[in-house]
Amino acid sequence: MSKISEHSLFQLTLMRMREFIREPEALFWALIFPIALAAGLGIAFRNQPPQVLTIAAVTPRLSDALRQEKLLNVMQLPRVIAEQSLRTGKVVLLAEPGPDGSIVYRYDDTNPEGRQARMLADQAIQRASGRQDAVAGNDKIMREPGSRYIDFLIPGLIGMGIMGNAVWGLGFAIVDARRKKLLKRIIATPMPKHYYLLSFLFWRLLLLVVEVGVPLAFGALVFGVPMRGSAIALIAISILGALAFSALGLLVASRVKTIEAISGLANATMVPMWIVSGVFFSSQRFPDLVQPLIKALPLTAVIDALRANMLQGAGFAQMAPQAAVLGAWLAVCFGLALKLFRWR
Amino acid sequence: MQEQATKAALRVRTLRKAYKDIVAVDGIDLEVHAGECFGLLGPNGAGKTTTIEICEGLTEPDSGEVELLGLHWNVDSEALRQRLGIQLQETQLSEKLTVLETLQLFRSFFRQGPGAEEAIQKVQLEEKRDARVGNLSGGQKQRLALACALVGDPDLLFLDEPTTGLDPQARRQLWDLIEEFKLAGRTILLTTHYMEEAERLCDRVAIMDHGKVISQGTPRELIASIGVEHVVEFSTGTTLDLAGIGGIPGVRDVRSENGGVLMQVTELHQAVPALLAELSRQGVPLTELRTHSATLEDVFVHLTGRHLRDE
Repeated sequence: MSKISEHSLFQLTLMRMREFIREPEALFWALIFPIALAAGLGIAFRNQPPQVLTIAAVTPRLSDALRQEKLLNVMQLPRVIAEQSLRTGKVVLLAEPGPDGSIVYRYDDTNPEGRQARMLADQAIQRASGRQDAVAGNDKIMREPGSRYIDFLIPGLIGMGIMGNAVWGLGFAIVDARRKKLLKRIIATPMPKHYYLLSFLFWRLLLLVVEVGVPLAFGALVFGVPMRGSAIALIAISILGALAFSALGLLVASRVKTIEAISGLANATMVPMWIVSGVFFSSQRFPDLVQPLIKALPLTAVIDALRANMLQGAGFAQMAPQAAVLGAWLAVCFGLALKLFRWR
Repeated sequence: MQEQATKAALRVRTLRKAYKDIVAVDGIDLEVHAGECFGLLGPNGAGKTTTIEICEGLTEPDSGEVELLGLHWNVDSEALRQRLGIQLQETQLSEKLTVLETLQLFRSFFRQGPGAEEAIQKVQLEEKRDARVGNLSGGQKQRLALACALVGDPDLLFLDEPTTGLDPQARRQLWDLIEEFKLAGRTILLTTHYMEEAERLCDRVAIMDHGKVISQGTPRELIASIGVEHVVEFSTGTTLDLAGIGGIPGVRDVRSENGGVLMQVTELHQAVPALLAELSRQGVPLTELRTHSATLEDVFVHLTGRHLRDE
């Protein structure tokens, strides 16, 4: 054995690592689950080709005119069958000749597809009847990486991962050790007490490489999620986030004695942030009144900084407000945890 | 007297500790000599664990003095931690680690001591060297806890209920190990509520009850102190007159218990014939008769009127 392997800090960190990798469930929830979630949501909310609406027309002339519009799928049907198709939702609109050469559109005006079909159909009929557009409109299609849902989602999932793994990782391990009197046994040895907490920190930072690296690589390789900002700034904000959430985990676990209590407390701490901090949808959707509050949450800070870095190429200067929020959480939680912490 | 005082490995004076509603330790004095195995014997709740944890520096006493190896917790705690081996009651070591890994971890906390492999040999866990702690039997876990207490090569070993919850075979195996430590000249303080354990392992014993030391000495001295050499237990088919039994010469104490009668006597060869004669005089049939030499259990019964273990 070399010298370093005999050091308490090395051995304690090794214990953290062994306890983690020998718990298959922990491995799954910490690493596989976020990727599965990203893959699932990335596919579900992928940008789809423009939707084609199916409509019915009762005369060949109408059908021909309507088929000029590429976004309409026109079926020419006898009236009785066409009416039945409209009622059962197989078509969203029925076009038929009205009195005096007019056209009658039958559709449900509460159905957005029906209204859209009405606009497209009328436009096609008018153009076929010789209407000229007063102003020419030209389309330029933008489908750029960075503005898709998956680009929004990956930084959110990374932030959620940093928070969840730190709060769960510390909270559960500490409470379990306290419950089993292992904490008490360990402080009955000459081990300096701060080594125990430092070992969590070292292990957190080691795991951070994986818990940030894996979703990042997955997003970049599978969905082409951009990384426009400096990598060093991204690493720095991830580390700061991990430290702040570790302090939060230490604080919630500082006195708790049962697994049930720590589960409740950890969830009560994290679930509100999952909802308001913009993991899955923008936190801007909440009222202006509560925005300062949301911005002061550590998860909002991590996610906002990661998004700014990855999607808009923000560097250290632009991430300073978020870094300040995280630094404050780190200092307050760590200070409180040291005051409240019980070894038994 | 002066010479003995310098040899004390542990000295406790007028120690007191109260929790919210209960006085756990009520002014006890103890002295453990270097090289001896000292036992704190008493029922659950007697204050044994509180006492040993105060000695281990894990619990702060309300008042009183504790001196270990000539050192004190408030000034020398770092030096003390290096020199003590501690096994706590009901500690669960990390189940995911192997025996070897656990001992390497604990060894890393101490400046000196035997290596993890050597500690494994000492507690005879070689076959389980690479087994996860979670897969060990109760006895094996307890031996591992013992090994964790040994990796710092301690001058003073604290064992809190080392065999509680073990089957008789595992208990005997642990006793053999502790006897080996004794032979190696280690000073040991152990707590137990098994009188066989105290009698077999301890050079001296302090009997504790309700936070107080009610008697102290070698097991032999303690047994002799109650002036009783034998205990006769018997049951009868019908009720009998206890007063008549108490009048038999050489009978120190008679009490009825669990449907039988417990009789402490000095001269067995005189008491038993006299008992049989008295029973036939009363016309009471004897259904069961047992005798045994007095034990620490009988000392406890004599002092408190209760048994060490509530059955």
